[in-house]
Amino acid sequence: MLGKLTWDAIPWSQPIPLIAGAVVMLVLLGVLAWVVVKGYVPYLWREWITSVDHKRIGVMYTLLGLVMLLRGFIDAIMMRLQQALAFQSGGYLPPEHYNQIFSAHGTIMIFFGAMPFVIGLMNFVVPLQLGVRDVAFPTLNATSFWLTATGALLVNISLVVGEFARTGWLPFPPLSETGYSPGVGVDYYVWALQISGVGTLMSGINLVTTILKMRAPGMSYLRMPMFCWTALSANMLIVAAFPILTATLAMLALDRYLGFHFFTNEAGGNMMMFMNLIWAWGHPEVYILVLPAFGVFSEVISTFSRKPLFGYRSMVAATLFICIVSFTVWLHHFFTMGAGGDVNATFGIATSIIAVGTGVKIYNWIFTMYGGRIQYATPMLWSVGFIVTFVIGGMTGVLLAVPPADFMLHNSLFLVAHFHNVIIGAVLFAAFAGLTFWFPKAFGFRLHEGWGKASFWCAFIGFYVTFMPLYIVGLEGMTRRLQRYDVPEWRPWVLLAGVGIIILFAGAVCQVVQLVVSIRDRDKLRDEMGDPWNGRSLEWATASPPPAFNFAVLPNVQDEQPYWTIKQRAIETQQLPAEPDYQPIEMPRNSPTGFITAFFSTLTGFALIWHIWWLVVVGLVAAYAIFVWFAWRDVEDYVIPAEDVAKIDRERRHARQAWLDANARVGEPA
Amino acid sequence: MPTGPHWLSLRSAGPATTGRLCVATLALPMILAARAAEAAGVLDPEGPIGAANRQIMLNALGIMLVIVVPTILAALVFAWWFRESNTKARYRPGFAYSGRIELIVWSIPIMVILFLGGVIWIGSHELDPATPIQSQNKPLNVQVVSLDWKWLFIYPDQGVASVNDLVVPAGVPVRFMLTSDTVMNAFFIPQLGSMIYTMNGMVTQLHLQADRPGDYYGLSTMFSGDGFPDMHFIAHSVPADAFEKWVAGARGNGPALDQAGYADLQRRKSRVQPFTYRSVDPHLFEMIATQKIPPGPGPDAGRGGPGVHPQPEG
Ligand code: HEM
Ligand SMILES: [Cu+2]
Repeated sequence: MLGKLTWDAIPWSQPIPLIAGAVVMLVLLGVLAWVVVKGYVPYLWREWITSVDHKRIGVMYTLLGLVMLLRGFIDAIMMRLQQALAFQSGGYLPPEHYNQIFSAHGTIMIFFGAMPFVIGLMNFVVPLQLGVRDVAFPTLNATSFWLTATGALLVNISLVVGEFARTGWLPFPPLSETGYSPGVGVDYYVWALQISGVGTLMSGINLVTTILKMRAPGMSYLRMPMFCWTALSANMLIVAAFPILTATLAMLALDRYLGFHFFTNEAGGNMMMFMNLIWAWGHPEVYILVLPAFGVFSEVISTFSRKPLFGYRSMVAATLFICIVSFTVWLHHFFTMGAGGDVNATFGIATSIIAVGTGVKIYNWIFTMYGGRIQYATPMLWSVGFIVTFVIGGMTGVLLAVPPADFMLHNSLFLVAHFHNVIIGAVLFAAFAGLTFWFPKAFGFRLHEGWGKASFWCAFIGFYVTFMPLYIVGLEGMTRRLQRYDVPEWRPWVLLAGVGIIILFAGAVCQVVQLVVSIRDRDKLRDEMGDPWNGRSLEWATASPPPAFNFAVLPNVQDEQPYWTIKQRAIETQQLPAEPDYQPIEMPRNSPTGFITAFFSTLTGFALIWHIWWLVVVGLVAAYAIFVWFAWRDVEDYVIPAEDVAKIDRERRHARQAWLDANARVGEPA
Repeated sequence: MPTGPHWLSLRSAGPATTGRLCVATLALPMILAARAAEAAGVLDPEGPIGAANRQIMLNALGIMLVIVVPTILAALVFAWWFRESNTKARYRPGFAYSGRIELIVWSIPIMVILFLGGVIWIGSHELDPATPIQSQNKPLNVQVVSLDWKWLFIYPDQGVASVNDLVVPAGVPVRFMLTSDTVMNAFFIPQLGSMIYTMNGMVTQLHLQADRPGDYYGLSTMFSGDGFPDMHFIAHSVPADAFEKWVAGARGNGPALDQAGYADLQRRKSRVQPFTYRSVDPHLFEMIATQKIPPGPGPDAGRGGPGVHPQPEG
């Protein structure tokens, strides 16, 4: 009846996961109880869970990303503590537990921390920047989000029911085959990623379609803001690369469930094929993360330098260049497999060629600052911190792209330092820059600057203190994923990295405090006008938070900085453009499709992991049924009457007129 | 303004402090790296391969630092000079394109990559692990098998073998043939240079040499399961006569490594103390690599399988 699932699946004898799991459950139940008692359930259901509004979905994605970043960070603290203690001793985590932690850390950080965060920002910002009302397929968008949440849920269930993979964040066979990993850990990994991978692929298709097909009148490709270009590239990469991941994991699942032998030791299986396939997805994946980050910095640096982005067309070219070349370099992840000089040299050179595109971008950001009048608000601090940090990370990346150097550094802590250098220095810094930058747009009030800056400095310094020692100890030969070690020379560096993570922890605390303080002081931080940073692209043309329909009338775009132009004209003429002729607006109706599909997908995933076959069938049939039901719907849209549109938009105009009267005569816009 | 830690806000601290801070953070890694060069590791090679690897790495680093350092400095200087409060800085809101700058901006990285491409091309060929080392001395053959979780070193020409202990003559090239009994591992002696994967059913090749007598730490760098941290060994580089003596000693001692002996060794075990085999089945390595001897077993079960709670032995 319950497949492999028995009471033994719960780690009764291991206090750490048990207590952690119990605490999480209590917190979750507490929140649920609070929501029910306060009577928020209908509100949540109506306004969030069934919402198909790209802004709401973007916010939920980002929230999921934030929570999962915290979860992954706890894993990181546990690992650093283990390595600090486990010098010539076993530390406090036995291998079977430690190995799950580093696997869960990587999986959670990449798939459920960074990815949702980045996708959340794109979801929220791209339609606003394009000057349109929603993404191309709103209900699909909600489904994507909920499927991602399903994956995150499954990974977290593995904490208390069964185990997580003990293979690393990419489950290399033969270690991940049933012969060497008979437990459910790898199955949790496979199904969590298969389900959330479907979500990611659909979200990629959705955003590519949106950007290609749904721009405001006059917004030609070469008038799109840089963030939209990077989002387009990243989502094209998603569409091209995620099917590879799905196929690879499907093959691994066939090996594990039906005795196939794609990657086994026996019967002609070939583990090298897995390495190839997973990195053919894996390298594009790092650019899926980092390209939107580049987009965020482009927007932030230009806005706070009070200049247009320098070399816009060159930036577009560099973005597309990176997008394409990133598909030709995957072999640099296994130079040490012995492929021979020609192959290694070819991929080594291809890899370093990517650095050309990246270098061009760096210089263009620097020249954007040149001649600017730079305001150091929090997002700008993250951006300058990024430039410095990312240049170093790119340099060590190119060093690893030199095969003879990689022969000594592969899988060492030097490699670990490299990718944290680029992922933290670019993706995470961009996530927080973007969060601070667009938060007022989403919620109508700014985040507290002091705490934001405190958080930046802790993250910036903490990053260097944590990861510079890892470069060193990697040069001293220390490899990754060691549950214990006994080389005395490594110890000081490992301890120093442990100090670093305390600073990073302080940064995380500041980030949380910042949220709490900002919500408490929201009336003081209010963004009345909708343009708190003196922005340039269309998201600042609408109110904060934007109405459901984003724009009462779709804006008419005439150049690369559409809102800047509108604003300058208003300042010159001292008046807003004439009131438009308001029309009723059709918006897509809310739909529980995504949530219900994800609910049944969760059941299916869980049932597959535990071999509960009847539940697999029930889950699949139900998930399919809800989709059919959705396809047969006969009312698609609801209409917002013209007078409501007018009423909402007049408020926005009123706020802007007030601002014009108060500020513009003084000269410079605020 | 709302309350909060204002001492951290840039406006009051002044961007100058920021600049200095950043420069300090940049200098730090260099100092640390210099310090690390003194410790045993890839910066302290003891053989020609390690030395050549290191040279290439330092060359590549040098080529890149030539532009990386000015780039970081330019970023910091511009970020600081063009701050809002600096009234001396000229505001040029229209400066958003310059063909000449674009040309430079594209050519600098391209030139660097051209240079580096040459380094990569030559280095990849000269230092391909399968390329033999030029030497008057005849290379020593060593067959390496990674098992769960120990290293087996077979000396086919001497007819002995050792576990978790590698002994090689100093100044003599060593020709390694490597495979794995179970999952993937990577064979690495940092002070001697290049690492290489070991894979079941396949043989990889690696050539290394230790110039001087000494003890060098060796390890696996590819995660291989619960006993992974114990996959380390010492590579002893000894004078030629000491090597002969060691071989003779090994021949007179220890068990025989035939198929039965190997089956014994295949059992999962970590923290295995080094020992030697007095004789070796001459076809053993081939039989492992061609899977005539089936791969070593995995654990009985993981959590959620029939018998929960796997524990690594030993
Ligand atoms: C200038 C650009 C970059 C170059 C030349 C580069 C080069 C490399 C190379 C050669 C490796 C393989 C090293 C090895 O396994 O021995 C590597 C690993 C890695 N890089 Fe980069 N990289 C660059 C940028 C990035 C960026 C932007 C990201 C992420 C946002 C990233 C994330 C990673 C990750 C996650 C790994 C390791 C994965 C693993 O083994 O688990 N890299 N990089
Ligand atoms: Cu890569």
